[in-house]
Amino acid sequence: MSMDLSVPETWRVKGPLYRLEAARCKTCGRIHYPPMPACPYCGSRDLERVTLPSEGVLESYSVVYAVPEGSRHKAPVLLGLVRLGRVRVVAEITDADPSELRTGMEVEAVLRRIRSDREAGIIRYGVMFRPKLKGGSRGG
Amino acid sequence: MARRVAIIGTGHSKFGVRNDVNIAELAYESIRQAIDEAGIEPGEIDFAFVSNVGGWSSEPLPAVVALEYAGLTGVGTMRVEAACSSGSAAIKAGYDAIKSGEADIVLVLGVEKMNESPTPTVVEFIGRAGNYFWEFQNFGLTFPGYYALYATAYMAKYGATEEDLCKVAVKNHYYASLNPKAQFPRKITVEHCMQSRYIAWPLKLFDCSPITDGSAAVILASEEVAKKVTDSPVWIKAIGTASGTSNLSRRTDFTHLEAARKAAAMAYKKAGIDPENPVKYIDVAEVHDCFTIAEIMAYEDLGFAKPGEGYKLIREEQTYIGGLIPVNLSGGLKAKGHPLGATGISMAVDLSRQLLGRVEKGRQAPIKNGVALAHNIGGTGHYAYVTIYSLDKPREA
Repeated sequence: MSMDLSVPETWRVKGPLYRLEAARCKTCGRIHYPPMPACPYCGSRDLERVTLPSEGVLESYSVVYAVPEGSRHKAPVLLGLVRLGRVRVVAEITDADPSELRTGMEVEAVLRRIRSDREAGIIRYGVMFRPKLKGGSRGG
Repeated sequence: MARRVAIIGTGHSKFGVRNDVNIAELAYESIRQAIDEAGIEPGEIDFAFVSNVGGWSSEPLPAVVALEYAGLTGVGTMRVEAACSSGSAAIKAGYDAIKSGEADIVLVLGVEKMNESPTPTVVEFIGRAGNYFWEFQNFGLTFPGYYALYATAYMAKYGATEEDLCKVAVKNHYYASLNPKAQFPRKITVEHCMQSRYIAWPLKLFDCSPITDGSAAVILASEEVAKKVTDSPVWIKAIGTASGTSNLSRRTDFTHLEAARKAAAMAYKKAGIDPENPVKYIDVAEVHDCFTIAEIMAYEDLGFAKPGEGYKLIREEQTYIGGLIPVNLSGGLKAKGHPLGATGISMAVDLSRQLLGRVEKGRQAPIKNGVALAHNIGGTGHYAYVTIYSLDKPREA
């Protein structure tokens, strides 16, 4: 299926997608990612933008072989449930071999191209996670 | 005054790839059976709830199309949608209509024709049960991927294996082999399943329910009508409902579905079933095994097993007939097939027939308490319905 990425929508989500921007509720302390203008738990509208930590822990993962049309060339796609402090993010895992994924492993955020909308459409960038580099020795 | 509600007629089409019929013809196969069984005139139906997720078929809004073909034009109707639990949602709508006194006889129809779109389109569309624009478009989360995250977390925490998951598929294929309405009425082995290709690791092809065309229907009636037309009504004893977060990342735990637990607690409370020991009250259950891990989590969410011990039930064959509690004797979503809008109603049809001792030899559960349970989930615990059916009239309406 074609993506038809919406230009206004891409613009609206650039904060959370590029910079892991979330919203912290100043009343109850909960953090919402993607950010929200009001807290759905306590009802407060007093929220502030915060940036999530860029390093976290892989809590669960999958290696997706049946990839939707348009992204077939990327198969298999590594999918991770990543805990960043008090918040979880579901995101692609990159720069990793499926066999090295483990629950509990440390990962770090990187900015990557996530989708492009056919030939003339827009290209969307966003956060993916990779196994945490140890002393910058990792190649590639 | 609230009133009691009974199933007085059931209908079920053959599930599978049904290119031989259009959606109205497919629906009619179940409508006709249900009306015949109920022994009512079509003109007596007060309202028709049509469960259909749609989007992939040539008739995305099929309520009036199906009704006209069945000669029911003129009856008030609507399409009901709650993702893969649409069927149970439609039953709830029909139950509420009768219970409140707004209707005496209701047709609840579920119909889905999923094979009119290519598989990738269907899989992508099912994934929209969650927060599609955020998690799929930006992060590549597919529907099998959702459940795979649960499977990985469950296996890592409790030590269940891919073989354990496959044993669920083996059981459900075994019972499907005895159900002529099933899409895959044939047995498989653990080796078959283990050798099938990965869809989303650790889930393989044989861990996944198929894409299915099919229909199912029930006629619901008030106690007053049921008394007149049948001596074997199946009562809707209780319905429990709940929902979960749309964003998967907002869940706090990935080894159970919180919405299913909540819906079960609500249903057990209403039905007077001890949540600590529900298997003592229930003869047979149909649970939402869209993926094998989902059936294992269902055992725990319904209280058939303690948290972390659901996989042991299947490992020890406790959910076969003769075990602790037989589950998915129809073949389940896995092997009977999963035509989304029809699934919850298919559960109601099969459980009604189980309670009345009417299903095929070899897959008939012993009926002692006269109580059956349907667990129907939409998305990945985004919607949850737990419905209790019984032969005994509920004490309270």
